[in-house]
Amino acid sequence: MVDATRAKTGRRMAALARARLYSARWPLMAAAAAILAVGVLAGGRLWHSVLAMFFVVIVAVLAPRRAFRRDEETSAAISHAGDMAGMSALDLAAAVPDPLIIFDRNGSTVHANQAALSAFEPLPTGSLMQLKFRAPEIQQLFLDVREGKPAAVVDYAEKVPIERVYRVAAMPVGENTGLFAVLFKDQSESRRIDRMRADFIANASHELRTPLASISGFIETLRGPARNDEKARENFLQIMQTQTERMARLIDDLLSLSRLEMRPHVKSAGRVDLVQLVGSVADSLNPLAKESGLVFDKTFPDHAVEVSGNRDELIQVFENLLENACKYGQSGKRVEVAIEETMVGPRPEAAVTVRDFGPGIAEEHIPRVTERFYRVDVETSRSQKGTGLGLAIVKHILTRHDGRLTIKSEVGKGAAFTVYLPLR
Amino acid sequence: MLGNRIAAMGGHAERMVEQAVAALINSDVDLAQKVIADDVVLDEGQRWIDDRAIVLIAKRQPMADDLREIVGTIRISADLERVGDLGKNIAKRVVAVVDARQPIRFFRGLEALSNLALTQLKQVLDVYASRGVDGIGFVRDRDEEIDAMYTSLFRELLTYMMEDPRNISSCTHLLFCAKNIERIGDHATNIAETVYYIVTGEQMPIERPKEDKSHKVVVEG
Repeated sequence: MVDATRAKTGRRMAALARARLYSARWPLMAAAAAILAVGVLAGGRLWHSVLAMFFVVIVAVLAPRRAFRRDEETSAAISHAGDMAGMSALDLAAAVPDPLIIFDRNGSTVHANQAALSAFEPLPTGSLMQLKFRAPEIQQLFLDVREGKPAAVVDYAEKVPIERVYRVAAMPVGENTGLFAVLFKDQSESRRIDRMRADFIANASHELRTPLASISGFIETLRGPARNDEKARENFLQIMQTQTERMARLIDDLLSLSRLEMRPHVKSAGRVDLVQLVGSVADSLNPLAKESGLVFDKTFPDHAVEVSGNRDELIQVFENLLENACKYGQSGKRVEVAIEETMVGPRPEAAVTVRDFGPGIAEEHIPRVTERFYRVDVETSRSQKGTGLGLAIVKHILTRHDGRLTIKSEVGKGAAFTVYLPLR
Repeated sequence: MLGNRIAAMGGHAERMVEQAVAALINSDVDLAQKVIADDVVLDEGQRWIDDRAIVLIAKRQPMADDLREIVGTIRISADLERVGDLGKNIAKRVVAVVDARQPIRFFRGLEALSNLALTQLKQVLDVYASRGVDGIGFVRDRDEEIDAMYTSLFRELLTYMMEDPRNISSCTHLLFCAKNIERIGDHATNIAETVYYIVTGEQMPIERPKEDKSHKVVVEG
């Protein structure tokens, strides 16, 4: 028993001595060389040198060194980590969906994950963080975190080229590693929604103000200079009526939009035959088409195409689309309306295409025409009694019906609006 | 060391211009006052960089790259300080423009112009940070865009003033704001040239873009 313990202790001591000698091998060799050189040059005896060597080796074996303890601790920590052992920090950084950048005490970038690279290009390794992120509050944050103050969070806004808002947090990595991590959380979306709401109110009041200003101007004239002018009065009253009609239309559109927004997810389960519905909408708009010098060119299948949905809302969709085609496609002399059953997506859909042959829409406007009050050309829209809300309403109703709207257009060749609705 | 201070100055300059234009668009007098007060930071920054650079040259006698770096830093800091002054000047005019609200389209135009100038400033400072001068040609394209935009805004404001003399005082202020923003773009171009010089040791190829054409704009009354 005692022998066994002694043997074990002996083995451990031997292992320790080996390790100490191994880790000190370079200084030892240097010492040996130095002692030999001194011995030869000074003409001393050889055994003096050997004795000196022996002492140096003994000291190297006996003197404990801190490095060993630290190594042992590290290996213990790793074995505790278990499954995490094989994982590298790079894998971890890559798994973070938000931009994450590791930098050192000088502020040099050590690692930036993929999200950071795509958000903040160019960001080469070694470039200084302070130079890249120059906003005063970020500079302060970097300064604080490098001085070891508690981790703080600041908001950081980039205005150009695209407006982006981040909530930025910085913290040291581990203890005394000299590395720091900074994480950017994207807040742009919520900021954009807030902005859109504010813009909407501003736009809506602006839209209402214009006709109101013209009406009040005419009232002033009617009470003043034109008080007894029979002909002017009739003329002015006509204009005032047009303006009030425009305001009424705008308010109607605003109301139907807000109604739709109140319950965006409620699905209506009625059954609607698109052939019959689109046909009747086209018939009801025939007078308008004639007025604009257009004919509807209908290509309908001879059987019913049924979708589920709210009849009134779908009527509004096709009314808006056909009205737009009449307003902006006047130069094309005809408007094609076609209903098809397609399998473009994963399920069978009904596709209703309204194609006009007017001036078309420039590419840069296409993604935005369904925004509220977005107009490609304000003057044309006004003269055509547009409210700037038609396509916004269409898009809303289609979203409710699980449908979608695609717009294809080339300048000078007209525009095609296609409504896709899931078949019943 | 100097680079860090340049970055801090750049951040301040960008922020000042951004806030000055925001103050102008939203008629925010308080924000404008803040911008005016912030200019001290840039003045102080420039003095500090000048001092340090002179001390460095005197004590260490830097050569080649290092000397270019130091001289370039002095020039960039001077440009940034000017950018700050221009931002401050815009902020000062906010008070004058606030009383007479001008049509929103001028503010939209100024905003678009300032976005172009700020983008340019940001990209140039990013190039300074990353030292990647390959794509520095964009600066010139952008400068042309800014000049075109400025010329169109100039014409529009002029026409508006001809329509009604009561607009003249506030429109003149807006005109100067536009001019200031256009100058900020020019300073950004200067910085780009300095950065190119620091990194490559050569002057940027000469083919400076055409200047704005506003000096030729005449609106017939």
